[in-house]
Amino acid sequence: MLKRVKVDSPITRASALALMGLVLLVLPLLADALGGHAAVRALCYAALYVMLALGLNIVVGFAGLLDLGFVAFYAVGAYAYALLASPHLVTHFAWIAQAFPDGLHTSLWLALPLGAAVAALFGVLLGAPVLKLRGDYLAIVTLGFGEIIRIFMNNLNAPINITNGPQGINLIEPARIGGLDLSQPLVWLGFTFSSVYLYYVLFVCLAVISGFICWRLQHSRLGRSWMAIREDEVAAQAMGVPTRNVKLSAFALGAMFGGVSGALFASFQGFVSPDSFSLMESIVILAMVVLGGLGHIPGVILGAILLALFPEVLRHTVVPVQMAVFGQVLVDAEVLRMLLYGLAMVLIMLYRPRGLWPAPEQVSP
Amino acid sequence: MTTPILRLTGVSKHFGGVQALSDVSLAVGQGQIYGLIGPNGAGKTTLFNVLTGLISADQGDFEIDGVPYQPQAPHKVAQAGIARTFQNIRLFSDMTVLDNVCVGRHVRMNGSLLRIAIGAVLQLPSMQREEAQIRASAQALLERVGLAQFAHQPARSLSYGDQRRLEIARALATEPKVLALDEPAAGMNATEKLALRALIENIRSEGTTVLLIEHDVKLIMGLCDQVTVLDGGKHIAQGSPQEIQTDPAVIEAYLGRHRKARAPA
Repeated sequence: MLKRVKVDSPITRASALALMGLVLLVLPLLADALGGHAAVRALCYAALYVMLALGLNIVVGFAGLLDLGFVAFYAVGAYAYALLASPHLVTHFAWIAQAFPDGLHTSLWLALPLGAAVAALFGVLLGAPVLKLRGDYLAIVTLGFGEIIRIFMNNLNAPINITNGPQGINLIEPARIGGLDLSQPLVWLGFTFSSVYLYYVLFVCLAVISGFICWRLQHSRLGRSWMAIREDEVAAQAMGVPTRNVKLSAFALGAMFGGVSGALFASFQGFVSPDSFSLMESIVILAMVVLGGLGHIPGVILGAILLALFPEVLRHTVVPVQMAVFGQVLVDAEVLRMLLYGLAMVLIMLYRPRGLWPAPEQVSP
Repeated sequence: MTTPILRLTGVSKHFGGVQALSDVSLAVGQGQIYGLIGPNGAGKTTLFNVLTGLISADQGDFEIDGVPYQPQAPHKVAQAGIARTFQNIRLFSDMTVLDNVCVGRHVRMNGSLLRIAIGAVLQLPSMQREEAQIRASAQALLERVGLAQFAHQPARSLSYGDQRRLEIARALATEPKVLALDEPAAGMNATEKLALRALIENIRSEGTTVLLIEHDVKLIMGLCDQVTVLDGGKHIAQGSPQEIQTDPAVIEAYLGRHRKARAPA
């Protein structure tokens, strides 16, 4: 069992934070040495998944609303950034080309809040009709919502081409911070920092901020209202919790994290297509939250990191190991991944039903 | 009597073909402990659910402290000043005892959800001050009901009697004008009942009116100033506990009709 370490003195706390920051900064250098850029890329995706899982945790973990379509908000954020920072809109709409003769080059600092706001709007759009639903029924509707968004993205290329259909949107501009272009390597103090490393730093910073925001929300009046609804909606109502608005706020705030994560994803990839936002993604994000520890922020972060890195590790070990042992590849890494996912789920639900790192039973004052 | 703190007039409610409440009226005076009794299925809990807005009435007028209210949204009823407990305890079981009471405080705090969210994330001083107020008054309430030593335990870890007390504390946190208790003594042992009785008297002495559904005759007789008896969704008697005890309609409802009164076969 993990023993709870008490962090009370400001010095201990500051040094713990500094240590954590240092580890986070050195980690990609280590990964680079071990597995090259692909490994650092995997860490970048892990940071994105941390944000997604934190967002979904607000809806499922705090407010207790089972959402199987969370990837929709990821998609909305990604497409929002893609449209705002690619030549797509300018080439297809004459009036936009007229208004922006140099093309749309929305900066990241504008695109992120916009992506978050659009995702929050979609969160409310999803939330409003499902206010009275719970459990299985809610899961079915949200699952449908996730699919609807993906199908819209797939088909909104006619009669007016908004999303470019299944081909997706490419030529998305990379993130720029001040004068710094994240797609170019940075030479600083004689060290060369590759593009992935720069993205990594950006993503990790935002993931840490997300975790921080979630933490403060959890321990606020709003967080307590979410949990009251999760525990007993009728009692919460009778105690004066305005359940409709509180639920909508959970949907909207959760969606915001998805939207930010999606916008970052689009800037990182330079390309978005509906394929990236399948139902499987929603399920994986939900698995991160549940396996990590529903409603417990450190657990959710752990779950997201483990499940995001796991397929990458597998991809790079399965083939060599089989070659060494059998002299040929018997099982494909992708097949094995799903098998092990399923197995991990079953084992965790049997032996740690509250997740790998659940909330402590007794809260110390 | 001055203006009643809670007045229900002509409340009716049916579920399909069952008339759960027909034309029930009540007037609860300020500072009273008002009993609501009747055999099982008489409509007591339905009346509670209707007056707190959990289910909507077919018809009826509702007034709290002389001001009409529409019991449609339960959280607005709580805001208007009616708080309740439940027959089968409904606590936020995975939350701490203190947090359970804190949730009840929220309704007396101002601020839109947006302001709360932003204030919490940025840890604005005003928000921290309000949070401290919430915790302090919740803690004080826990002390009043004698649960302070369990403040940081999950609510589900409390004993049955303590869970009932916690439900009362949570309801009191909303600063109700009327506290509606649905069978608070159910399943309690004699000692717990005594403590409960003291608590209810204490609540009344602080000026809160108590509306009480209860089966325990001793408790009703000892505590209540006024009692209304329901049977089959109808108001059959009303008066002081002594009057009720001798009311033939009440005796009939509980024990059945006297042999001699029956029509000859």
